[in-house]
Amino acid sequence: MKDGMRKVVIVPCSGIGKPFGTVAREAAYDLVEDLRPHATRLVALSKLVLGDAESRAIVAAHPVITIDGCKLNCAAKCVQESGGTIVREVAVLEVFRQHKDLKPEGIAELNPEGVRLARVLAEELLPEIDALTAGAAGEDDHV
Amino acid sequence: MSDSPERKAGIIACSGEELAEGTVTRLAALRVLHDTRRGDTVTLCLPLFLAGGEGERTFARDFPTITVDGCELRCAARATERYSARPAASLVVTELAAARGITGVAGCRRLNDAGQRAVEAVADELAGLVDQVLGREGAR
Ligand code: SF4
Ligand code: SF4
Repeated sequence: MKDGMRKVVIVPCSGIGKPFGTVAREAAYDLVEDLRPHATRLVALSKLVLGDAESRAIVAAHPVITIDGCKLNCAAKCVQESGGTIVREVAVLEVFRQHKDLKPEGIAELNPEGVRLARVLAEELLPEIDALTAGAAGEDDHV
Repeated sequence: MSDSPERKAGIIACSGEELAEGTVTRLAALRVLHDTRRGDTVTLCLPLFLAGGEGERTFARDFPTITVDGCELRCAARATERYSARPAASLVVTELAAARGITGVAGCRRLNDAGQRAVEAVADELAGLVDQVLGREGAR
């Protein structure tokens, strides 16, 4: 990527005990694989927990969106600890409150409502991602 | 901790979002937690070691813990040792897959066939380690 500030880093939490954690992960893949593959990239939360230097450098150099599965907000806390600049903290629970018909179930495999909730969450982030990355479309997608 | 019948093994998966092997850790851990060793195992979201409190950091001291990592960076094993206690056992998906002749694991979000075979292999190995750390070898 030519302009170091034109990619948004997505950090979902690694929630393994609740469907809401899986929604966070699914929404992150919606963004980086389907909706904005050239404008976003993932950073694995476990690498930040471990203090991996490369991952810390990436979150320190780019705007970060965190997506958390519960009120413990692990992704947001770990990105802050890593010196990252969070432009948006998303709580899956808050998004669910706006879309009560999309109740996620299943952890290893989400039900269709959970998959849809993830997509809705991801789509709600698009205007912000587009504003942050305006002019970057089509550029080399390496951070 | 006593050897009472309630004794459980802890499982911590790296859940690495950037590699398909990270997805393997998550699905294999869930299979053991919810299916093959249900009732014998407990888990903790890995980031709670950093984002949580003292209660989370005693996890690997309270439960003999097995870490499951996607690659040789071994984030779960190293974070568990750093923040809680040395894991009782650990697994690395890339190593186990290579040992079992499973190649071409791909698909962070939806694993391919090789990835599914890796989940089975890791879950199987993990269940054996659960028995081992709980002193139930030969129980399977
Ligand atoms: S925010 Fe909640 S669900 Fe996500 S990793 Fe932390 S404890 Fe788990
Ligand atoms: S151990 Fe490997 S796959 Fe797992 S979070 Fe760390 S870098 Fe990613």
